[in-house]
Formats: sequence, C-alpha cells, structure tokens
Amino acid sequence: MYATVNGERRELRSGATVAELLRNLKVEGPGIAVAVNERVVRSSRFDEHRLSEGDVVEIIRAVAGG
Amino acid sequence: MTPLDATSADAPLKIGAHEFRSRLLVGTGKYPSLDIMQRAHEASGTELVTVAIRRIHLDDPSGKTLIDYIDRTRYKILPNTAGCTTAKDAVLTAQLAREALGTDLIKLEVIGDPQTLYPDTAETIVAAKELVRDGFTVLPYIIDDPTACQRLEDAGCAAVMPLGAPIGSGLGICNPYSLAIIIERAKVPVIVDAGVGTASDASVAMELGADAVLMNTGIAAARDPVLMALAMRHAIEAGRLAYRAGRMAKRLYASASSPMSDLIVTRANQ
Repeated sequence: MYATVNGERRELRSGATVAELLRNLKVEGPGIAVAVNERVVRSSRFDEHRLSEGDVVEIIRAVAGG
Repeated sequence: MTPLDATSADAPLKIGAHEFRSRLLVGTGKYPSLDIMQRAHEASGTELVTVAIRRIHLDDPSGKTLIDYIDRTRYKILPNTAGCTTAKDAVLTAQLAREALGTDLIKLEVIGDPQTLYPDTAETIVAAKELVRDGFTVLPYIIDDPTACQRLEDAGCAAVMPLGAPIGSGLGICNPYSLAIIIERAKVPVIVDAGVGTASDASVAMELGADAVLMNTGIAAARDPVLMALAMRHAIEAGRLAYRAGRMAKRLYASASSPMSDLIVTRANQ
C-alpha cells in the first residue's frame, strides 16, 4: 500500500504501524512527533496505530527559529 | 544594605503557570553556528528560547538536532508556528510541538503576507481560541494594534506579543504610542516580539512598560552575537529598572540643576 509521508509517496507493508514506519525510516525520538491525517498520534500509541492506504503522515521535529 | 540587583526586587514574569526571572526571550535561528548560539543564550540570561517545527528530512533523519544544543534544565522551550498561513496549519503545528517537546507553551504565529511577515489577525484569533480550548498557554505574535491585542486577551491568551517592527527588520520600536496603549490596557503580559535591532530598542520597549522582549535576528545577526546578547540583557534590565523607577516629566525649556543664586559675578558684569 501507499501513504504520503512528509509530502512523499511511500510504499509500506499493508497494515504497517507508525512504529514500523519510523523504524524503516530510521527516525528516532525523543523530540519527534507524528500526525496521521491531520491528527497527532501519541508516542505511546506508535506500536498499535496501523496505517491505511492513502494516509497522510507528518513526522516533525524542532529546528532553529525565532 | 545589600547592593541593588536588577531583578531581585522585581516580581517574576508570569506567563500562564510559568514564571521567569529573565525578561528576555531569545530565538535559535540564524546564528553563525550552534556553538555561538549556545554562548549567546548563556550571555543573554534568557530562560525561554524559541524553536520552529518542521518536517524531518527523510533522506537524513538522524544526526544531532537543535534540541541537543539546548540545556533544558536551564531553558524552557517556546515552540512557534512560524510559517503557517492558516489557523488550521497553526493548530496542528502547535499540537505536534506539544507532543514532540512536552510543553504547553506555544508562540502562535499565522503569517498574512510573505514580504512583510505581518500576521493574519483574523486567522490568529481563530487559532488562539482553538488552542486555548485545547489547553495551550498561547503567546500570539500580533500587529501593534490595541484592538487585536484585546481580542486575543479575550480569547484567553496568556500574553500578547505585538511587533515593534517587521520580523528581522531591526527597525526598532516603530510605534511607541500604540504599544503604550496596548501596555496600559492589557491585563496579561505584553511581550514585544520582533523588530529590535540593537540594545537601545530593547530599552525603549521596556521603558514603555513592556513585560518582556522576544528577539532573534537582533542578536543572531550582530557581528558578535555573544556580545550583543550580553548588551541586550543589560538593555532589558536597564529599561525595566527605568520603567519601575518612573522617568522624569519631559519639559520644553531648560531647568537648571545647579542653584541660580549666590553666583560669582566679575567686575565687568557689575
């Protein structure tokens, strides 16, 4: 299946969890956060939140700014 | 008698449930290096530093990040929604910032125009209401307009942050009269955000009665950011002290400081 991750179309295993996506992308916390379809997914739910075809995923962190 | 200190006799700055001794908020952007940024933060005496929230680069997701350069035992983090142009984007950015950084503080910034970076007042108010409802301590960047500031205070914001001049312009306090009205009316802290170019600008804001000043480029773009951070710290403290001391009244004509009687008069004048 396909999902959009930070604006890029990505192929994922069907039923992949947020935790699995982060592992595949080599993204590690702390200091990161994830939203799926414009809703924040708490880090405590990364293991159980399964992604679906067409999901829009945002993965963010803090950068320099004023 | 103990020596006078700039902050000891002063009330702390209270923003929502958060208290600060320092009245200088500092950004993390545009420094020549992260090492210089760290030293500038230390020199400034700040206790609250701003950060932006952005997508992780998927081609380079690891590596040391900005947060590794901020000692969170010394500084609280104030994430911003910089770059957002709609209330919806700003709300989601704030929610992601809270999850990533574990803070309820948010600098709400909804930009209305890319060239001036003036805020979109209507969208800012919509976002402020939503974020207050969601439990955030909201510090909105806003135009130096007393009505806009009143609307944001009514919306439940913990502070209002009118600009002194456009972001990154260094033009100083362009409209001290409208800032004075905002300060006189506000029941929440007024933090002058943006426009400060040098130490005297920060002092002007504090002498007007601003509760604090937020700056980034004024320090980061100085030739020596660490020295300028120290200058800003002194300027904030001097301006605050002058405000608390209460300045003399201005007058059009001179008023001699020395006695005008018993003067020595030489023969030629007799």
